[in-house]
Amino acid sequence: MEKVKKIKIVIDNKKILSQEGKTILEVAKENNIEIPTLCYHPDLKVKANCRICVVEIKGKKGLFPACATKIEEGMEIFTNSEKVKRARKINLELIFSQHCEECIDCVYNFNCQLLRLAREYKVEISRFKDRKKNYPIYNFSNCLIFDSSKCIDCRNCVEVCKNQGVGFLEIRKKGHLFQVAPSKDPHKDCVFCGQCLLHCPAGAFEGKSEFEEIRAPFSEKGKILIFQFAPAIRVTIGEEFGFQLGEDVTKKLVSAIKKLGADLVFDTCVGADFTSLEEGEELIERLEKKEKLPMFTSCCPSWVKFVEFYYPELIPHLTEVRSPHIILGGLIKTFWAEKERIDPKKIVVVSIMPCISKKYEIKREKLKINGIAPVDYVLTTRELARLFKEEKINLKKIEEREPDLPLGFPSGAGIIYGTSGGVMESALRYVGKKLAFKKKNIKIELKQIRGKEGIREAEIKIGDKKIKIAILSGLGNAKKVIEKIKENPSSYDYIEVMACPGGCIGGGGQPLPTNFEIRKKRGRSLYKIDLRSKIRLPDENPVVKEVYEKFFTSKEKVKSICYTKFFPKKREVKIYE
Amino acid sequence: MSFLLLKQKNFSFIKAIKEGDFLFFMEDIILKLKECQLLGRSGSNFPTWLKWEMVKKAKAKKKYVVCNGAEGEPGVFKDKFLLENFAEEVIEGIKIALFTLKAEKAFLYLKKDYYQKFKEKLKKLIKNLPIILFEKPEGYLAGEETALIQAIEGKTPLPTLKPPFPTERGLFGYPTLINNVETFYYVGKVFNNEYQNKRFYCISGEVKNPGVFELPIDFSILEVLKSTNNLPDFDFFVQVGGGALGEILLKRELNQKIRGLASIIVFNKEKTDPFSLMKNWVNLFLKENCDRCVPCREGVFRLAEMIEKRKLEKEKLEDLFFVLKNTSFCALGKAVSLPFESLIKKLLWKK
Repeated sequence: MEKVKKIKIVIDNKKILSQEGKTILEVAKENNIEIPTLCYHPDLKVKANCRICVVEIKGKKGLFPACATKIEEGMEIFTNSEKVKRARKINLELIFSQHCEECIDCVYNFNCQLLRLAREYKVEISRFKDRKKNYPIYNFSNCLIFDSSKCIDCRNCVEVCKNQGVGFLEIRKKGHLFQVAPSKDPHKDCVFCGQCLLHCPAGAFEGKSEFEEIRAPFSEKGKILIFQFAPAIRVTIGEEFGFQLGEDVTKKLVSAIKKLGADLVFDTCVGADFTSLEEGEELIERLEKKEKLPMFTSCCPSWVKFVEFYYPELIPHLTEVRSPHIILGGLIKTFWAEKERIDPKKIVVVSIMPCISKKYEIKREKLKINGIAPVDYVLTTRELARLFKEEKINLKKIEEREPDLPLGFPSGAGIIYGTSGGVMESALRYVGKKLAFKKKNIKIELKQIRGKEGIREAEIKIGDKKIKIAILSGLGNAKKVIEKIKENPSSYDYIEVMACPGGCIGGGGQPLPTNFEIRKKRGRSLYKIDLRSKIRLPDENPVVKEVYEKFFTSKEKVKSICYTKFFPKKREVKIYE
Repeated sequence: MSFLLLKQKNFSFIKAIKEGDFLFFMEDIILKLKECQLLGRSGSNFPTWLKWEMVKKAKAKKKYVVCNGAEGEPGVFKDKFLLENFAEEVIEGIKIALFTLKAEKAFLYLKKDYYQKFKEKLKKLIKNLPIILFEKPEGYLAGEETALIQAIEGKTPLPTLKPPFPTERGLFGYPTLINNVETFYYVGKVFNNEYQNKRFYCISGEVKNPGVFELPIDFSILEVLKSTNNLPDFDFFVQVGGGALGEILLKRELNQKIRGLASIIVFNKEKTDPFSLMKNWVNLFLKENCDRCVPCREGVFRLAEMIEKRKLEKEKLEDLFFVLKNTSFCALGKAVSLPFESLIKKLLWKK
């Protein structure tokens, strides 16, 4: 390893020994010196365009962006001099002049960096007239809204959309100004991953029903209201209520949902156990027949849309097994309804998802069972947190409650669906058991396929079979691997793809902020829950056994609840300007 | 000094480099540049020898040379004059750089109309030398050195973060020397011991005798106007350093020499409407800035707003100038405030 040169610098009169190559911002962070930032996001490249992190350097003219200025020997830096404060105040006032405030309905739920900085620097937020008042609001189908009158032109969304391999958001010149706008190219479409929303410091993106419509499920009269929550929710929603990053709040969550008025609360991870089992079966079949390989997972709806729109030729490679909440919704309206002798039309299923795209998924016609959609509403983690706050339900103070029987108790395999690699690990736990059934020691944890990289590859030995796998998170990474497969179709047997970096723990519906470090903590927590679980194989879950033994009496029944079909798509988002 | 060798008819540049010829006498050109204190003529005044030495000392497989003939500033037309009258000398300067730095290639980066006008003539002069004529894309910012690199690399011509400086990582990631057309012209002069501490002044506006004049670098503005028979007999002010980014100077301030771009535009004080003048500038910046950084995008927008309304708010203006100067991303943003601030303070807010 190359030896890194040590450098002595001074920040705010504090002597610091650091390494060559680091930026002022990095060194300041390591030493607990706060420098405010806006356009800086640890997931993205340094763009240095908001000019809020500017600092003064002794002996140098002007101010320098801490995010983009590397330290030099002997550098003396002032992060909070009068000059710095004045510059930040004015630049903030200019930023506010392009940001039409709508604080009541904002994804940041008053946890807003702009407002915090406004207070700190005594910013007169209406000093300059809002210049974007008449800027358009774009609707991206029934999923996302981009309100360009709130955009502060940091361009994080454009970068992240490009990183996702989508490039739907672009910089366009209108009049004399370059602006962020959705593409008009018919060969580009939004896949609703919501990464733009997660990386926007100004709340210019929001889920389609993020504010006005979150109460809709409760207005259905004379219905049985059943909630289910995705694997990742339990380790993220706590953040909105001051829990530690990644803290598991399952039981408090159940109790709070009940308090909102839900009749029953089930766990989407139980649906995941069914997905693992069916997907495992499908993989075994494809491996035996050696057809439609590699097989791709399909529980991420943004990934599915990405394939349907950009790579329709890969549709046969997607597993046709439904995603966990759709299977669970289907089971609630069939298996459970039958058991309880309830008319499925009287059941309203609400899924709490870490995801914007799930709102899009539930509208798919092919998912209907006897004309009834398995899931009626999707609320994101943020939306649920907002409902709790509006109802003055404090997750910290609420008592704990177990989820309801019979669909509230998953295996550990179902839990890890929330992090990149979890779907594959769960399915392979099942495949492993089935193919190596005579051997005693079944390997439960596939640690070699865990990790934080966006592209992970491995060869897994199951029984006498070797399976070549890849785990991809971030659609940009999927794009890279697809190009590789086009050249060499036999490079893999099984591939998991999650549209969002890190999987659902980094989903577009998750609390803000979300970044690399935060995702890591959320993911680690899911693995801990799995480790604690008594049952860790999907097929050993008692309710799974019960359904297969008593309810899944015909292949058709399994097909109608657990399988679906995908079709090529034309551009869906329409732009009106 | 066998500079004449370079002018030989069947001279093969590449062969010469490969065989290591001529290099012995190339070593001291940097020393000479240092002795002559030649400063870059793009307006930045960066010592030429230092830039050359930085590229020379940089360790890399390849090096490049770029001659910047973007000349986008209104009221500046000296590079055009040089290409018209002294193209051979400019090419000689580039040659010396290629030799001294053992650079692989040079690019002569030319504004569109210059490219059209001079390409045939330049091609004849370049012959088999590794000098490539490159037509600059549209846009004022495309003349900025990091934007120029982007343009030659085929990317959108917008400024990039500095550091790294082009001398460390320039074209295609290799150390690159970027000098102005005039600088290269004078490199040849320095090399031949003919440099006489002169530079080219562009004079325009309400004068009798506009044009390009070669005069001593330490001439005051007044001396330049006088010696070229351009000193007006009416009350006037000048814009010095470019017709957009230049500073406004009053009649009594002309006893100084020009530090930046040597351009003098003369205005009739009585007949010039300061607001229309500012409107010309601000419209150029509105159209040509890249809109990436807050102070330049929003600052210029607000300046334009006030100028349009002919209503200047002192405190706001001073704040805008402050962030433009101190926090802009590139040299353009940092320089934008100078013309406005000098004009407003000297002509509109005078006591």
